[in-house]
Amino acid sequence: MSDVMEADLHPKANEDVLAAIKWAAAEEVPLEVIGHGSKRALGRPTQTAHTLDMSSLTGVTLFEPEELVLSAKAGTPLSEIYELLEKHNQELQFEPVDLGTMLGGAVGFGTLGGLVNTNICGPRRLKYGSVRDHILGITAVSGRGEVFKSGGRVVKNVTGYDLAKGVTGSYGTLTVLTDIIVKILPKAETEQTLSIYGLSDAQATEAMALAMGSSAEISGAAHLPANLANGTAATLLRLEGFAPSVEYRIEALGKLLADFGTHERLDEHTSKAQWWAVRDCLPFAGETSPVWRISCTPSKGYRIVDAIKAAITADAFYDWQGGLIWLQVNEETAYADMVRAVVEANGGGHATLIRADAVTRQSVSVFQPQAPALTALSKRYRENFDPNGVLNPGRMVEF
Amino acid sequence: MSGLLMPALDQEVMSRRSQIVSALQSIVPGEGVVSDEHEMRVFESDGLTAYKALPFIVVLPETVAQVAEVLKYCSDNGIKVVPRGSGTSLSGGALPLEDAVLLVMSRFSRVLDIDYPNRCAVVQPGVTNLGITHAVAREGFYYAPDPSSQIACSIGGNVAENSGGVHCLKYGLTANNVLGIEMVTIEGEIIRLGGKHLEADGYDLLGVITGSEGLLGVVTEVTVRILQKPETARALLVGFPTSEDGGQCVADIISDGIIPGGMEMMDRPAIHAAEDFVHAGYPLDVEALLIVELDGPEAEVDYLIERVEEIAKKNKSSTLRISNNEDERNNFWAGRKAAFPAVGRISPDYYCMDGTIPRKELPTVLARMRELSDHYNLRVANVFHAGDGNLHPLILYDANVPGELEKTEEFGADILRLCVEVGGVLTGEHGVGVEKRDLMPEMFTEDDLKQQQRVKCAFDPDQLLNPGKVFPQLHRCAELGRMHVHKGNVPFPDLPRF
Repeated sequence: MSDVMEADLHPKANEDVLAAIKWAAAEEVPLEVIGHGSKRALGRPTQTAHTLDMSSLTGVTLFEPEELVLSAKAGTPLSEIYELLEKHNQELQFEPVDLGTMLGGAVGFGTLGGLVNTNICGPRRLKYGSVRDHILGITAVSGRGEVFKSGGRVVKNVTGYDLAKGVTGSYGTLTVLTDIIVKILPKAETEQTLSIYGLSDAQATEAMALAMGSSAEISGAAHLPANLANGTAATLLRLEGFAPSVEYRIEALGKLLADFGTHERLDEHTSKAQWWAVRDCLPFAGETSPVWRISCTPSKGYRIVDAIKAAITADAFYDWQGGLIWLQVNEETAYADMVRAVVEANGGGHATLIRADAVTRQSVSVFQPQAPALTALSKRYRENFDPNGVLNPGRMVEF
Repeated sequence: MSGLLMPALDQEVMSRRSQIVSALQSIVPGEGVVSDEHEMRVFESDGLTAYKALPFIVVLPETVAQVAEVLKYCSDNGIKVVPRGSGTSLSGGALPLEDAVLLVMSRFSRVLDIDYPNRCAVVQPGVTNLGITHAVAREGFYYAPDPSSQIACSIGGNVAENSGGVHCLKYGLTANNVLGIEMVTIEGEIIRLGGKHLEADGYDLLGVITGSEGLLGVVTEVTVRILQKPETARALLVGFPTSEDGGQCVADIISDGIIPGGMEMMDRPAIHAAEDFVHAGYPLDVEALLIVELDGPEAEVDYLIERVEEIAKKNKSSTLRISNNEDERNNFWAGRKAAFPAVGRISPDYYCMDGTIPRKELPTVLARMRELSDHYNLRVANVFHAGDGNLHPLILYDANVPGELEKTEEFGADILRLCVEVGGVLTGEHGVGVEKRDLMPEMFTEDDLKQQQRVKCAFDPDQLLNPGKVFPQLHRCAELGRMHVHKGNVPFPDLPRF
């Protein structure tokens, strides 16, 4: 295969993608599928001789701001999409995450296809759902070398299985996406954050639950312990919306949480900066030690952190009302088994190893191992898209 | 569709009926197995009453272990299974098959856990949609998706159909409000997806199961997100001289960044039928009537009411009322909520369709629908979830007139084709079931459908779960799984060889 012509694996049109995958399927040649490669450090490393580079399959093909819908080729740079949406005061409501800085790489890269394939979203997950909740339709080439579509351009759609969700977060192991239709929404008019100072992780959990259970309509609930927040722990509660509404709600929220200690209102500018840091996991930027992203029952988050810290040296902060833990292990080893055992013992959930060197990501399970019946089902599910295992083999699990 | 073709009856299975009844009785003792013809009659139809079939045997399990054992027994013995919640499907999703065990989940009716700090509830699938809200109302919470059958429909059925409702514009469909499920595969394996944490891991099988219409597994437990009830809600009732003006008003509200709790539109025939029935004070000289409900904190609602009022006036509204109390708000809704029975009063029968269109296509679609109405000589009234483009045309007909049901179904099919033609879809919230099964090729290519059926093969390799629903053609999994390309035997010799 040394005479592979690179240009053929740089598709510029859907037909090129189809031709490449038909070839790979027929010859049983595994492909690593990448966009900008900005998320290459996520997941298990693949070991393939060939790379299908999707970064030239670009362009927004449909943009109807009044219909809240955008369709683009999978290789379209996110920066291009953000710029276009910005002009119309719109956005992707799920708050896409840019882990470039935390992973020690460049910022501002990434394609729409990469975003969908990784399904990692920011603080607004709590209120508005994840990437998967905003993908309306897809066109893709399966590992069989067949084009198929699922979903459409409308939000309300139950016609057939929702394979748009079914391939979101699949790290390119099922299909190569060519076209993605995504729901867009107007940006909130303004935002403010109520920041409460000096709470322990347990107190913060209580405060966040109380706030989330109120009618304050919070769109972000995070807690940074003292060592990650300039010496004073900060519990952040974000309110977005129309100015009079935000003003009214933050007033009510301040009263509701008055007993928890001193608090301060962060204006729009300061609030945005704070949430950017939480979203992109900036407290752990500049280091190389292992970072876990743990999804758990919100009220159990601090117990999980306590138990892990009792065993090893680690730092952690919380998003999603405590239901998302970013945990940095300040040691060489990732302690995968221990971390997962603690999660399991505290209400369950899953832990993903987000930052680790390639050797570690090859040797420990990056994604949470699943129960045997689910593992078998997932394997059959994958095989029905990609029977020969030519797309990103081994990227998620070994099969 | 009236000449609906269902999968060939399995005579071999049917010949073993008494033996199968005994085997099922040993799994689900007591009253859990219904095999008497008269007692099974109540199950012969779901919400799509034009179709009836007597189930082979009805089983009402009580425990997850029983569900697993029943499914494993059926799988081992090649017996088809049709899962059923409350049987309110409007698309025939729970229509029995004469050679299939009807697995009725109504005895799974317990709320297992209400967890306010984590804002979720864990319930059994037979709990009704409204039952969840009732269970959490004391603490000021509710479950947001609200299909109009919410008093009767079960949460398990909601998961199967990915049910919507008036409030899903702002709060999402079932898929966006379910955190986790426990389900049993046809092979009797118990699988958990997601839980109280916000995201399930691995492939998004939860997203695939939701809306899979009982073809992939039987849900035995559901964890749903519950929300704090909005502080207040107010509504505007706005009439427009043309549907174009109404449609533009909807577009402008949404473009302004306002996502109302509900936004419903009715056309002239629906307005008149509703007003004659409930006397809600609807204006009768308008072509489109819009109900916009804003919910949230009082300050926000009051502010947005004014903004929506301005937008409505800019779009040439001819009448405009704003609710000042709960009675007035409920009164605005009374006609819309009674639209179906109201239409039922002016016609012996009606047939409810469920397409979704891009919002901007509303005037075109309504105009074309009027032409179709003339062509078929059948009246049609429209209610419309305006915010998300989900259209419910109600075709008025008389089943006692020979041929009229068939004509109605053809009219309905034409409407759905029209929805697809303008960029929409066959079904927004009622599901494909048997009703729209044969229209699937209007929206999907053969390869699209084959990929969907391959997903089914991963869950149900012998295609025993709810066969004859959703897919117009059954393909054996072996045939679907076959790769038409093999190493060294490339069928596309003209492709470039790298």
